[in-house]
Parts: sequence; C-alpha cells; structure tokens
Amino acid sequence: MNGLFANPVVAAIDPWILGFSLVTVVVTIWMGFWAAKKSKTASDFFVAGRSVSVGWNASAISGEYLSAASFMGVAGMVMAVGYDALWYPVCYACGYLFLLLFIAGPLRRFGAYTVPDFAEGRFDSPIFRKIAVVFVLFIGFFYTMPQMKGAGTTLAYIFPGLPYWVGVAVVGAIITLNVALGGMKGITLVQAFQYWMKMFAISVPIFVLMAVYGGYGRQIGGNDGRRTPAERVAVNTGSQVTTKISELVQGSDPPNSVSLGIQVPDLTLDVAAGPKTRSYGFEPAIARDFGPVKTVVTPTPTGPTGVVSVAGHSAVLPSIVAGQLLPERPQGFFDKASGIVRYELPAKAPTDSTWLSPFGPLTTKAAKAAGITGEAAKPYSLLYTYSLIIALVCGTAGLPHILVRFYTNPDGVAAKRTTMWVMILIGIFYVFPPVFGVLGRNLMPELYEGVGAKGTDKIVLELPRMLNEKVPGLGSILSGVTCAGAFAAFMSTFSGLLVSMTGALAHDVYGRILKPTATAEERMRMFKIGAVIIGGIAVLLGTQVEKLQINFMVGQAFAIAAASYFPLLFMAVWWRKLTMKGAAVGMLFGGLLAVFSITLTSMTDLGMLPLKEFWAGQPLLRILCEQPAIWAVPLAIGLMVLVSKATQSTIPADIRMKMLVLHAPEKLGLKQEYIQEHHGH
Amino acid sequence: MIPQQDGSPDVHSEGFLHSLMARQLKLSIACAATFLLVLLGLPLLNYFCPELMATRVAGFTLTWLLLGVLFFPFVWIISYIFIKRSIALEEAEVSEVNRGDAEARRHNT
Repeated sequence: MNGLFANPVVAAIDPWILGFSLVTVVVTIWMGFWAAKKSKTASDFFVAGRSVSVGWNASAISGEYLSAASFMGVAGMVMAVGYDALWYPVCYACGYLFLLLFIAGPLRRFGAYTVPDFAEGRFDSPIFRKIAVVFVLFIGFFYTMPQMKGAGTTLAYIFPGLPYWVGVAVVGAIITLNVALGGMKGITLVQAFQYWMKMFAISVPIFVLMAVYGGYGRQIGGNDGRRTPAERVAVNTGSQVTTKISELVQGSDPPNSVSLGIQVPDLTLDVAAGPKTRSYGFEPAIARDFGPVKTVVTPTPTGPTGVVSVAGHSAVLPSIVAGQLLPERPQGFFDKASGIVRYELPAKAPTDSTWLSPFGPLTTKAAKAAGITGEAAKPYSLLYTYSLIIALVCGTAGLPHILVRFYTNPDGVAAKRTTMWVMILIGIFYVFPPVFGVLGRNLMPELYEGVGAKGTDKIVLELPRMLNEKVPGLGSILSGVTCAGAFAAFMSTFSGLLVSMTGALAHDVYGRILKPTATAEERMRMFKIGAVIIGGIAVLLGTQVEKLQINFMVGQAFAIAAASYFPLLFMAVWWRKLTMKGAAVGMLFGGLLAVFSITLTSMTDLGMLPLKEFWAGQPLLRILCEQPAIWAVPLAIGLMVLVSKATQSTIPADIRMKMLVLHAPEKLGLKQEYIQEHHGH
Repeated sequence: MIPQQDGSPDVHSEGFLHSLMARQLKLSIACAATFLLVLLGLPLLNYFCPELMATRVAGFTLTWLLLGVLFFPFVWIISYIFIKRSIALEEAEVSEVNRGDAEARRHNT
C-alpha cells in the first residue's frame, strides 16, 4: 500500500471523487440551513412532523439511523473478520423489533420526547432527569468517535497522503461550526433525503461491481481455502492499468497482436518504474487459455523499455508511453469452481475457513491471545457472540436520538406502520455492506495490510475504483458516489449527536443545574459555546481511535446504551413498582461499569494502557469487559428490582394513572385526562 | 377485568390496567420469543452443527445465507404480525370501553 501513497502520480486527487464529496458537503450544509429556517423551534419541528406521511417518516428515521458504522464500518469489519461481523447489521436492524415490541408504543402514548423527559415524567423527579442526562453525553461521545474515524478515513482516501487527524479535525470543525450557527436541525425532509442518498450510494456501486466481478453467492463460493493449485489459474486482471499495448506497439498488424504469435484482445498493462518481472493478465478467459502475461520493464535515461511475454512468446516493447505508475497488486487467481477472480491474501489476512465460519477472529481474539485455540476457544467465542447480540439488540432501544422520531406520526397506528417500514428500509440497506466486505476480501486484499485509516474500513470507498480497469472513469465516478454516501452518513450522525448532546449540556446541565435563572439568550449563547466544547472533545477523541474499527466502536456505544437506558425504559414501562431510586441505581451501576470496562479494553488496544499481558492471561475477563452487555444488562435490571423493593414507599402516588397513560389506547383520551389532573393539582 | 355495574370495564380500575398490560405483554412476549428463539438459536446451531451450517447453498454457507440475507425478511414477518395484532388489540380495547360508555349513557337517560 505504501507504493500508492509514495507515488506522486497516483497521489493526485481523483477529480470525480473530490467533486462528488464536495457537492455532498455543500448540499448537506445548505439543506441544514434551509431546514433550520423552515423550523425555528423544537415544537415547530415536532408539530410539523406530525403531519408527515408514513413513507417520509420511515425514510427519515432510517436516514438518521444509518451512520458511518452502517455505511463504511460493517463492510470493513466483514472484510476483516468475516462471518462474526454479520451480527452487527442484523442486530442493528433487529433492535428496532425490540423497540417496537416493548418500548415504542408506551413511550409514544406517554408523550416523552427524550429519555430524560421520560425519566422525569415517569418518576415526577427533576433530579432523575439530571442523572439520566449524563448518559446522553456518555453514549454520545462513544458514538461520535467512530463517526470521526469515518471522516478521517474518507479524507485520507480522497487526499492521499493527508494525515488521519487532519481529516478528523477538518470535518469535525465544519460540522461543529455548522451546528453552532444553527444549521443541521433535523427535519423530516432532509433526513428522508439522506436515507435515499445512502441507499443509492451503497446499492448502485455494489450492483455494478457484482455484475462485473460476480455476484454475492459466487464471491463467497470462491472463498474456499481447500482449492488445489490445479483448480486455480494465475491471472492478474491488470486493474488500475492505463497504458494499452495497442498504444505501445506501433506498426504491428493488427495493432494489438503484439507480435506474440497469438491474437489477444486490446490488452492493458502496467508500466512499472523498476527493473522487475511482474505478471499482468487480462480477462479470466485469456488467462485460462494462455496463462499470465509477464512484462520486464527497465528504466533507461531515455525512458523505460520493456519486454512483454505471454504463453511462451515474447516481444520487445518498442516504446513505453508514459502511463500512470501503479502500486504493485497481489497475484490474482481465476477460481475455476466459482468462476471468479480473486487475489492472493497477505499473511495478515485470516484464512478462508476461519473467515467464513462462525467463531472467527473477532470472537476468538481474547482466547487466542491467551494461547487457547481450536475447539477449546469456541466456548469463549459463543459467550462473546451472545454478549454482542444482547448489546446490539437492547442498545438500539436505548439510543438517545432514536426515540424522538416516534412522535412525528399522526397517531399510534401510523407510528407502528412507520416502524414496520423502517425495518424494511434499513433491512434492505444492511444486505449490501457485507457484500462490499466479501468482494473486498477477494478483489482488494492488500487492505488487510493497511492500519487504521488505510485498512479495511475504507473498502466501501476504494473498491468501486477497480472498475476503472473495465471502463475508464466509471470506477472513479462510483467511488465518488460511495464517498458522497460516507459523507452523508458521518455528517448527519455527527451533527445529530452534537445537537442532542449540546442540547443536553445547554438545557439540562446549564439551564437547570448551573444557572436555573438563565435567560433564553444566555441559553442560546451557551448552546453555541457548548457545541464548540463538545465538538472539540469529539474531535480530540476521534484523533485517538484510528486503530479501532468503526463498527466495533459503534457496538461499544450500543453496549453502554443497553446497560443504562434500555433497563430504565423497559422496567419503567412494564414494572409499576419501579422507584426512582431503584431506576437510578440500576442505570448508574450498569451503565458506568459498562463504560469503565469498555474504556479499559479499548485503551489497552490503543496502547494507552499497559494491560496487554494482563488481558492475555484473563481471556474470560477480557471478553466480559470488551462486551459487557451479558452481565451489565442483568445487573442493571437486578439492581433496579432490589433497590425498588427496599424503597417501595417512594412509588409515585399516581402510578396507576401513569401506567394507564403508558398502556391504554390513545383513542381513550387518557393522556388528556392525565394532563388536566396534573394541572388541577 | 372487573366490570362495572352496567357490564363495561372501569377504565380507572386496577383490574382494567392489569388486564390491559397483561394482554399487551403477552403479545409482545410471544413475538419476542419467536424472534429470540431464532436469534439465540443460530449461534447454538453454529456451535453444535458446524458441518450442517457450512453446507454450501448457491455459493453461500447455510449460516451466512440465514444470517446475512434471510434474517431480515424473518424479522419483517414478525413485526408485521405484531403490528396487525396490536392494532386489533387496541381496537378491541377501545370498542369494549366505548360499548360500556354507550350502555351507561342509555341507562342514565
């Protein structure tokens, strides 16, 4: 990979990719300000939203949900670790089912827009609101870190050679400024547009890639490490090659026969600068019939000269037209059984069988570090898998920015239909990123050797570029399209999080705790200062996490939500004897312990804590700390039950009415009755 | 459900709330159980029947096809059933209460 970036010619920025990305940034910012003008206040936003149709609203919820993790991270992780990563997209989508089954309906009826709103209303406790708000910040920061990595990775791809941290700082600064100036207010239309843009950007390039290189099933079919050499034919499809042999060999007739004694189609080959022998190939069919084509290129003072040979024939190239100098690609193979071409995996890549099978590198890492392999590692893997599933399924319900959207429906029936459509829209989306991962493994395995921003997390951005070898320019355009989708993903999620975190800081921490007498202007100023503070922290954190996978970090944010907000919402909706103290103790212990253990393992992986040896000796503890949901969720719920039992005298007096409002059909109008009673007191 | 004298449920009674929550919870748990059976069962199948799950189906391994492709429609079916039933449940609750109210009005006049 070094070659790509050290090379000045390739280091040139692809105008298509830059163009698409710039347009996305400008349009996103413009739409944010346009939307902000349309909806001046939060209540406008909610009231306006209530008239929105099911289709628009479902697109908007989906648009808000799909972050850099969904767009870039899932593909990168599937490529890196294989099957085990599939749990992420599946559970991201299925989390909505849990939300629908247990939480969405009651919360909608209760009329709480956010988790802190609900915490206050359900327990009549402004103090509890302040406690609950803390987790908006915790979950928010853990969620912004992967968005920042997405930004750093994308900018480092668009501008080869740009340090990772510069990308993080630039994107972070633009969005922070934008939020502070009042742009980026989420309204339905903008978010709905974002969904369709991300959907277009992930699906169109992958369909083209599959049409050219072979479909999903065929590509996985090629991942069979048991192939014998006879079943594989060495080829190299000559990707990223710009100089055509017909241009090199003048005077031969027909021009592309290259005096080799065989007729070959218009070949393209790479013109390398060094005196070395390299294999270049063409279509799988030619490689199958003739074997690889070799060129030996030698630089001379008057320009490079070379010899090209194929099928035992060779010819001197009379002159070499200056073409793009390209990085060395791994050796390609045509796999006869599946009919696809794939490239030699570097030593760092997992083997086909471990990659394709459950209980692979992701879930066995801790056991492997402790020297446990094979069958003995599988129980650890199973534990990891279950803890991950719990984190992702329960975590969706606890994400601070998801619940708000359930109120932008005219009624409960529409809210339920919307949720159904959300699951369909995001379900369809989540089929595609793993396909990128699979094709990436076969076609661009050199990314396994990259670290951080140059690793597999950029496969969605870079893979479409391969198409340039088939149709010059097409690859650049489609790579530009995926870059635009990535920008849409991390910009929308980062600004959404920044708005809710800053809101929590300005409204709850400043407006209610630090200075309850603050005027509206003071709060507005605090919102701007708060946006800069939180944006700054998010950028700083983002620069530190280059080595962690985008998707993995989002999974950690889900685990924290699962251990804090999910137990609170679930128990408060379904258990009337829950007291404020019980809920607070459970949420704080479950959530904070999850934050603590996740931080310990992630900081070790980043080299900030010298605990590597310690974890290697404690594989079980390592898994429980890296994926804490399996103990943290039951711990939070258990503590809620225990403490509530001891504090039964503090159950709100009107608990029956509260539970009625949560559960009785909206048509009975109990919410109105409840509000009137409250006003009457 | 504790009926009032006229036979309709009292919306504010303990019994009404209890039956309301019980019916909703029952539906939610039934749907969740179906979902969890498959979601949590798949790792067990991978664990105990690795050869079966590695069978190739149209290029995919069986377990990849199940998790990466077929799981999404499965969740759509569950949520479709849940939404249909829960809307019907609410309708039934509302009409039950309203019928009682109408009867009460008739008694009063």
